[in-house]
Amino acid sequence: MLLKIEGLTKIFGGITAAKDICCQVNEGNIFALIGPNGAGKTTIFNLITGMLKPDGGTIAIDGKELIGLKPYQIAAAGITRTFQNLQLFGDMTVLENVITGAYLKGKTGFIKSMLPLPGKSREDLRIKEEARALLKDIGLEKAAGIPAATLPFGQQRLLEIARAMASGPRLLLLDEPAAGLNSMETKELAGYLMQLRSQGLTMLLIEHDVETVMEVADRIMVLNFGCAICEGTPAEIQRDPAVIKAYLGEDGNVA
Amino acid sequence: MAFINKNHFWPGIILFLLIIPLITNSNYLLSILIIIGLYTIIVQGLGILMGYAGQISFGHAAFFGLGAYTVAILTTRFHSPTVLALLGAALLPGVIAALIGRPTLKLQELYLALATLGFGLLVHIGFTEGMELTGGPSGIAGIPYLSVGSFVFDSDIKFFYLVAGILILLSAGIKGLIESRVGRALRAIRESEHAAETAGIDTAALKLQAFIFSALLAGLAGGLYAYYITFISPSPFSFHASVQFVLMAVVGGLGTFVGPLLGAAMVVALGEFLRWAIPVVIPNAGGEYQIIFFGLILVVLMIFQPEGLGALGKRLKPATQKLPGEGYSTKIEAEKEGGL
Repeated sequence: MLLKIEGLTKIFGGITAAKDICCQVNEGNIFALIGPNGAGKTTIFNLITGMLKPDGGTIAIDGKELIGLKPYQIAAAGITRTFQNLQLFGDMTVLENVITGAYLKGKTGFIKSMLPLPGKSREDLRIKEEARALLKDIGLEKAAGIPAATLPFGQQRLLEIARAMASGPRLLLLDEPAAGLNSMETKELAGYLMQLRSQGLTMLLIEHDVETVMEVADRIMVLNFGCAICEGTPAEIQRDPAVIKAYLGEDGNVA
Repeated sequence: MAFINKNHFWPGIILFLLIIPLITNSNYLLSILIIIGLYTIIVQGLGILMGYAGQISFGHAAFFGLGAYTVAILTTRFHSPTVLALLGAALLPGVIAALIGRPTLKLQELYLALATLGFGLLVHIGFTEGMELTGGPSGIAGIPYLSVGSFVFDSDIKFFYLVAGILILLSAGIKGLIESRVGRALRAIRESEHAAETAGIDTAALKLQAFIFSALLAGLAGGLYAYYITFISPSPFSFHASVQFVLMAVVGGLGTFVGPLLGAAMVVALGEFLRWAIPVVIPNAGGEYQIIFFGLILVVLMIFQPEGLGALGKRLKPATQKLPGEGYSTKIEAEKEGGL
């Protein structure tokens, strides 16, 4: 088991955004969080990545406690994420975005970067090669030199995932990666996620597109008003009466 | 611009600047160039802070002044070796920046601007009121020339080459910084602090380092200024000067490499020009007219070249050169049309 969350709780004023959430994510799995808007899915991501401080509960990766760590320390522990509203470095080129994602793999510091040292360029070259390989995976190697903001939306989503992958994470948190994509782009995305999983990457996925979730997820947790109402395999979720009532609609037709 | 080989453009400009002292006897021109050089040192640091880390400081005149006063006090009161005093001039502002920056840079956005604004005003009051140490409003005179071993920087030409040498080394260092992992991380902070943190960048620490670095450079420039003028008083280190430094950074272009030099040159040259031109046009004009015209010209500049002078080259380049992935976007569109 890679990620273990126990009793995770977050309260905003009078609203409970996450209530006593417990889950375990196994290595190499895709674990999906689904639920209506405002169910607390993104809040859980913000809690895991340290952008919010929880009001209770524990989060551990490989037994290492994460509560109290700063976001950059959590990134160093092997957890990275993408954002629902894209957070690319728009002025930077596509390649620079991925290279910046590999920040943790470099060592050059503020003073060292200003001095003409030989080791520096070797480090740069190695990271650049890795970044190009990641771009190749998402079919953007030809766009390496253009500003990231000029990419079509669907490819910006893919680029954000590639940037996250550049840090060599053990756990990747994807916040609605298919939002705003057309059906062809969504298929491309699903293909990329399956490729990442075959490389052994563990993923936490928030997604509204039920079809994609059912296709790629190993396990699914359904949230409603901050509470986990059900957790299980896609098949189990589709049969669960509480889920059908709360999320899929009374008639229970999936997609 | 096609006839200018890009690889020869900047080395050519630098070479031209370097031979100016050999072809002119004008100490006035030389002194202006030295002042521009000193300001460029400050604005290069400020440019890293503003253009790359996305933070703003309204207190850099205070760091500039602290550097100058450090040299003045150490050399006139304590007779310290001049190189050592210059080192102190850079270090003291650096240490103070660390103390101010630590609490304020953990907060986001404009807190640093406010903190440095207050700090700048305080330090200026300190210079004016600290009679025994700083000489009060009349300042400190009799600062010795900078000397390294038996070599004394006692003429404008020698000082010009000293400043030019420092600037060339500094520019090379800053180029390295900008193109490095650290430079990219600083730009990442400016574009999305959240995304930078998730990439493992300790944004608070990096912003602090950029702030300390910019304060060190302002202090170094201040120390050099004291050795050049050999007399200092509080007036060049007021809030007005802090605003001018920010202006130089913006006019030159944030996040550009040559911006600081262009910005400092533009603002200094404009100031000198207006000081000469306004009395010619409006005989009884006071100093406030200068400021009005100064403001007007800068507003016009910002309207027509908002990215600053350093970005002029970008605009002059034909649009086709802008996209190295040429033909790429059209390919995507074609794919989309076919796909839908």
